[in-house]
Parts: sequence; C-alpha cells; structure tokens
Amino acid sequence: MAVAIIAASMTTFGQRDSWLGDLLAEAGEACLENATVDPDAVEHCYVSNMASGEFEGQSGVMNALAADLGLVPAYTARVDQTSASGGAGIYAAWQSIAAGASELTLLVGGEKMTHVSTAESTDIIASLTHPVEYKHGVTLPSFAGLTARAYLERYDAPRESLAEVAVKNHANGVHNPHAQFQQAVDRETVLGSPIVADPLRLYDFCPITDGSAALLFCPAEDATDYTDEYVTIEGIAGATDTHAVHQRAEPTVMNGVVESGAQALEMAGTGPAGIDVAELHDMFTILEFLQMEGLGFAEPGRAWEQVMNGRTRRDGALPINTSGGLKSKGHPLGATGVAQAVELYEQLTGQAGDRQVDADTGLACNVGGFGNCVTTTVLEGAR
Amino acid sequence: MSPTLSAHRCPNGHLHYPGHTVCPDCGASPTETVDLSDREGTVRTWTTNTATPPGVREPNTLAIVAFEVAGASVQVIGQTTTDDIETGQRVRPVYVEQLRDPDAGIRRSASQRWDGYRFEPVPGD
Repeated sequence: MAVAIIAASMTTFGQRDSWLGDLLAEAGEACLENATVDPDAVEHCYVSNMASGEFEGQSGVMNALAADLGLVPAYTARVDQTSASGGAGIYAAWQSIAAGASELTLLVGGEKMTHVSTAESTDIIASLTHPVEYKHGVTLPSFAGLTARAYLERYDAPRESLAEVAVKNHANGVHNPHAQFQQAVDRETVLGSPIVADPLRLYDFCPITDGSAALLFCPAEDATDYTDEYVTIEGIAGATDTHAVHQRAEPTVMNGVVESGAQALEMAGTGPAGIDVAELHDMFTILEFLQMEGLGFAEPGRAWEQVMNGRTRRDGALPINTSGGLKSKGHPLGATGVAQAVELYEQLTGQAGDRQVDADTGLACNVGGFGNCVTTTVLEGAR
Repeated sequence: MSPTLSAHRCPNGHLHYPGHTVCPDCGASPTETVDLSDREGTVRTWTTNTATPPGVREPNTLAIVAFEVAGASVQVIGQTTTDDIETGQRVRPVYVEQLRDPDAGIRRSASQRWDGYRFEPVPGD
C-alpha cells in the first residue's frame, strides 16, 4: 500500500529548557494540529530516540508521549538506531501503514542533550562503539578526523572544500527559523577555528542540540481526506555496515549509504539524476561528501568539486541541506532523521519560505554511528 | 590472559580484528587466532583528537594500522605513543595496562577489557 505524509512539524532546535517529554509533546501536538486530526484517531505512535536513559534517566518515553497527547490506547514503540533513529522511525511508520496495521501513524523524534557537558555527551554517543574502539577513547569526531584525512590524501582534495560545506549549510540555516545557528560563517572562520580531530576543526562539526520533530502518515489513497498538501514515500530502505569502523576495507566508502540508497532509489523507480533536493547527514562536513558519492550524486573522490562549483548550493542544480543541515540546524540525535523529512515535506509542498527551491522529488539520508546504520528515503510531492 | 591483539582467522584465510562469531567475509567459523602484537604494521590514516571524553588522555592521537599476514590484510585501530605520526609510517604495538580510566566513562568497567596496545613508530623508518 502506498504511504503518504500528511503533516509535519518541528520545535525550535537549540538549547532548550524543556526536557525530552515536553519537547516530544510540543512537536507531536503541533503535527496533529497541522493535520486537524483528533488524537484518538492515531493508531500507531513511534518515538525515535537514542539515549533518553543515558541523558535523562527516563525510559519508556513512547508510552509517556502516548499518554501526554491523548493517544491511549494506540500502539507505541521507541525506535533506536543511534543517530539514524529518525530514519528508522520513518521506516517503522511506513511499514505500519504499508502493511495495513495502522491507518494513521504519528512519528515523533527527539533528544535532550545540552544539559550535560560536551565531554559527557561525546561519551554517551561514543558508547555505541565496539569495546576495542571504546577502550582507546575513540569518539565519533575522531572517526571523522581519520576519514577526512584518508579522503583528502587519497583524492588530493583541498581542505577548503570541507570548509565550504559548513559555509553553504550555515548560509541555508540563516533562513530556517527553527535552526540552532541562524548565522552565516565564512571560510576563514571555519579554517581558523580550533582543531577538534585533526584535520577537522570546530566548524566542521554539528553542535549539541535539544529538539524534536514529527510526521503524520496515512495510506496515500486517504491523503486527500486530510489535506491537499502531502508527499508520498516513493522509496525507503535501511542498511548496516560493520560495527568496528576500521574493519571496512575502504575508509572513504560507507556501504550502508550505498546499499540503502541504491535500494530506495530502485524502489522509487529512479536514480540520483531524478532527485531535485536532498537532506544529507552532515554531522561532520566530510560526511556530506561520503553520502554524495555513496548515493551516486558524485563519482568517488569527486563530491568536493560540486560544493566548490556551487552545484549543491540552494541556487544550484542539486541543492543539498536547504534546511541548514545538522551543521547549522542542529543535531538532536533522535529528531534528526525526522527533521530531514520535515524539510523535504516543506520543500515538496511549497511551504519552505525563504528556503524554497523548485523540487518535485527529495531524498533524505540519515546516518547512525559512523555509517553503522543508514536509512534512505525518497519522497515525492503531490502537487 | 590471552594477548589482546589477536586477529581471528577462518578456514578460508580471512583475517579479522576484532574476531566475530562468524567470518564477516564468508560466514565460516573462525578456527585460529593470529597474534599481531609482535608484528609491524603500516599507518593508513590518523587523527589527533583534542576534545576527549571523561577518562581519556588529551590530546588523543589515534591511528588505523594495517598488518599483512601471509597474504591477508587486517586492520586495527589504536592510540599512538606520539602525536608525531604520518600516513604510511611503519609502527609496532606496545603493551599498555590501562588505555583509559575504566571508571570515568559511561561504560561499566567490568563489561570489557581496558588494556591493549598503542602504536609506536619503528625506529629508522
């Protein structure tokens, strides 16, 4: 059964006073209101979240949300795929409708992170690593440094091209009222910022963020009962890669991206050239290149040329991260994959305001760990 | 205790570190281990991390090191003994009793080992 997304919402991302339960409720309630749907019509409710127990000492957040939004007795489950929890939540919500198990499914993703120190947050995220990695103090940013060096050395790409990813995505975030940083940065600022994981610097990394985002799903054949502004899920697929990152033969290739991207595009009956706008998981600047190449938007080792020649800017032929990306919008782990689809929903229904691009099809790639779990989704506007 | 730098070899000759229940390449059960601690490897890439989690040295320079064993290649990640490291450099493992403070981070200390090997440049290379 074809599946539609009939409403989308997100909270402001950034440093928030609200705890996770309130953030989830804020996005979830807004989403139901946008669709003018009664809470008791919701049959399934999925919550995408990585680490509410570790960050807050709160488990069972999906049941808490169902009770808070008046969804009881709807079926509910928490979906965890670390940073890819949001994409995995879209997959779960799609399955629930496609299988005929639910006729109205709410997905809410969220994370509350900023109340702990940067070191503590880094450690919580690094707890996804293999014991042989964790004991050496390996963190997600250190994987990015290792991979960025391998990429720059192997392909002789200029360091400035990574900085340009940050410059581009911050320029887009200026126009996103929900973004954590609505502020442009220039190349010199990125290249002059403190080293975090050599050769990468502070501005190559996304911030630590609180926030939540939500989507509402129904069978495509019922979508017009709710709204004329909806998108359909044309393709969706998830894939994994090795747990220990060093066990991959080629450090600059993310096989989870390659697999999930190829399957999602095949299901949509299209290829990379059929995509008009994309939200990629730029937790680190280097990841935008690895995903562009893994998804087929660029040949291996050539993605950096496209950011340098402007093709991926908002006014380019293939706008990437019109939302500002994780880089400037922020990265509340469980919310991120959901928020990627919120941006595509707004772009494909003509509601993206100052960020609006001309697009009929959009692709979101949500990456967990360092490519350990990946979900790729292809959406099409119903306009 | 057994050496902590043991790669697993399956009957088809595939080498992996860490070992898995089944060989990631062919699905066979690994049948032997190969100690890498007395061998030399080559740095494939490296980074110096200056924002480290609780209980981890700062800065923390890490390298992915490739070992060639009887025609098969296996990669290992680990700390280095120096921040002065280069891609392509020859390195050898040096045993360290405790790579990070097991009680400072989020992971339960009893759930895993904390000793292991750092990599030091081979003199004259």
